[in-house]
Amino acid sequence: MAASTSPLVQLTLVRIREYTREPEALFWVFVFPVLMTLALGIAFRSQQAAPVHVGIEAVTGSDALAAMLAGAPGLDVRQVPGDRIDAALRDGEIEVVVRPGTPPVYRYDPSRPESRLARLAVDDALQRAAGRVDRWAPAEEAVVTPGSRYIDWLVPGLVGLNVMATSLWGIGFSIVQARTRKLLKRLTATPMRQRDFLLAQITGRLLFLLPEVAVLVGFAWIAFDVRIRGSLWLFGAVTLLGTLSFAGLGLLMASRARTVEAMSGLLNVIMLPMWLLSGVFFSTANFPAAVQPLLQAIPLTALNDALRAVTLEGAGPAAIAGEAGILAIWGIATFAGALRLFRWQ
Amino acid sequence: MSTAECAALRCTGLVKRYGPVLAVDGLDLDVRAGECFGLLGPNGAGKTTTIEILEGLLEPDAGTVEVLGHRWADGARRLRERLGIQLQETRLEEKLTVEETVRLFRAFYREGRSVDEVVRFVELQAKRRSRVGRLSGGQRQRLAVACALVGRPDLLFLDEPTTGLDPQSRRQLWALLEVFRRDGGTILLTTHYMDEAEALCDRVAIVDRGRVIALGSPAELIASLGAAHVIEFALAEPGVPPSDDRLRALPGVSDVRRENGAVQLASDVPHLAVPALLAAIAGDGARLALLTTHSATLEDVFVALAGRHLRDT
Repeated sequence: MAASTSPLVQLTLVRIREYTREPEALFWVFVFPVLMTLALGIAFRSQQAAPVHVGIEAVTGSDALAAMLAGAPGLDVRQVPGDRIDAALRDGEIEVVVRPGTPPVYRYDPSRPESRLARLAVDDALQRAAGRVDRWAPAEEAVVTPGSRYIDWLVPGLVGLNVMATSLWGIGFSIVQARTRKLLKRLTATPMRQRDFLLAQITGRLLFLLPEVAVLVGFAWIAFDVRIRGSLWLFGAVTLLGTLSFAGLGLLMASRARTVEAMSGLLNVIMLPMWLLSGVFFSTANFPAAVQPLLQAIPLTALNDALRAVTLEGAGPAAIAGEAGILAIWGIATFAGALRLFRWQ
Repeated sequence: MSTAECAALRCTGLVKRYGPVLAVDGLDLDVRAGECFGLLGPNGAGKTTTIEILEGLLEPDAGTVEVLGHRWADGARRLRERLGIQLQETRLEEKLTVEETVRLFRAFYREGRSVDEVVRFVELQAKRRSRVGRLSGGQRQRLAVACALVGRPDLLFLDEPTTGLDPQSRRQLWALLEVFRRDGGTILLTTHYMDEAEALCDRVAIVDRGRVIALGSPAELIASLGAAHVIEFALAEPGVPPSDDRLRALPGVSDVRRENGAVQLASDVPHLAVPALLAAIAGDGARLALLTTHSATLEDVFVALAGRHLRDT
């Protein structure tokens, strides 16, 4: 019965027990990412078939206009009273509003891609109904093959996000709690090597990595047929490296904080930008070219890019060496910083 | 173990400042191997700061510390193998069981007692598979002592070991410490309970404002008051107590102190002093609002030296 007398083993066991005896932690680590994958997978799965929502301002002539659009494919047309138009546009109920007239007026927000698309679609349908003759009827190939869908792109990002969140929260909270309850101070009053304590935080995290990632990847495979094209070993190695990197960052963040509140604030400050800037939900290509080098240097961007390269393109080790290097540098630098700054009391 | 006269712990001229506050102000101590030594003083007297400096957890601003003949700078890890430490207000991991907690601490020491032995010693066998979070205050404190004893220490540091415990739990813990003593262990403890110091300690240093203001065995310190009993009285308004000289002239009264309107008389023979006091008050036409007598304690020693009670601060 776990009778090893190695301090590292005992300290790691503490981490595992702390974790498995905390039902809430298990929820956030195992259930939450799966629920998020499920929700996003369902939300975006039907995107290709989603119709364009068109509003017609309810004034004289709106019935005739509605009749012109009635047969057009891919349009969802409704009449909207004048005082409801701005609210309906803002809330995304409709993407463009047509005011009857000769010619008609299109009211839409050009900064929203779906509004621009709706404007083109409704214009196309009206021109055609008014007698425009198309020069050709193109043939279409719909992309529905696994590997090219949004969900295929999303899942590696969610794995990266999960690796980051569990490493930072898991390590940050357990250390700050131990500090506030003066357990850290009590441990330094024994002959324990401080290095063993910090290493146990990381080994504890690594032991949970496999089930965490396996549950998420396995769920995406079963529910959405998301497959990893590259080597599973390489995928595992990248998540391992990512965990080490974020474990270092977690230790650094936790090296000084005295209260759980301070720790939460600190973690939110570094995690929120990464949620937005590291290409979890949408591509980093959306940001201006000038900030790209900065984005690429963020550890979560490096992790996500490497995971996507392995998952979607079947990349080998050489192709992701740059990302791996960025993760390694972050890991080493933050761990060294944590060793230097760590406050035991 | 060394002989009883050898110093287990020695410090000279300790000074520790926190900003403008002088927490420890030139403190000297000498603890002999095999004795139980108590630092007694009110909250904020500098007891915890002192003990944490001795434990090597805080750097003093000035002064020297020698523990079991070694300085902290000469190798803290080797020294820690021989020390058992219980800190004030440590909350051990609540999700671990008693047994798991002791096993964790055992792993840090090269040599020590078995987990079974220590758990039995602190009488937690029945709780060995209970989570720490479900233990009572007394049980948690015994577990803290178990963690301190698991490395078979020569010297045990205890910071306010029974603060917040019920009387039964306190006595149970005292009994454990007696057994550790009997086996030749040395104890340094801090407390603001005079009865604890009297029950456990061979010698006591009374600490106030970061300095030792008295040092000796509890019996010696109490004897220094000059009398074995204290008579305390106060008069109902508008009575004015007799002057110090008149009180000192009463039969059996050896000393007079005043504190917050109450007057304390030291006496070895209260059966003579009390009737004389009552007669003097009745003669003045005053009425008593309070009259108590008790055997002199370390509390009275503290009041006599510091001019206030241990629990006042």
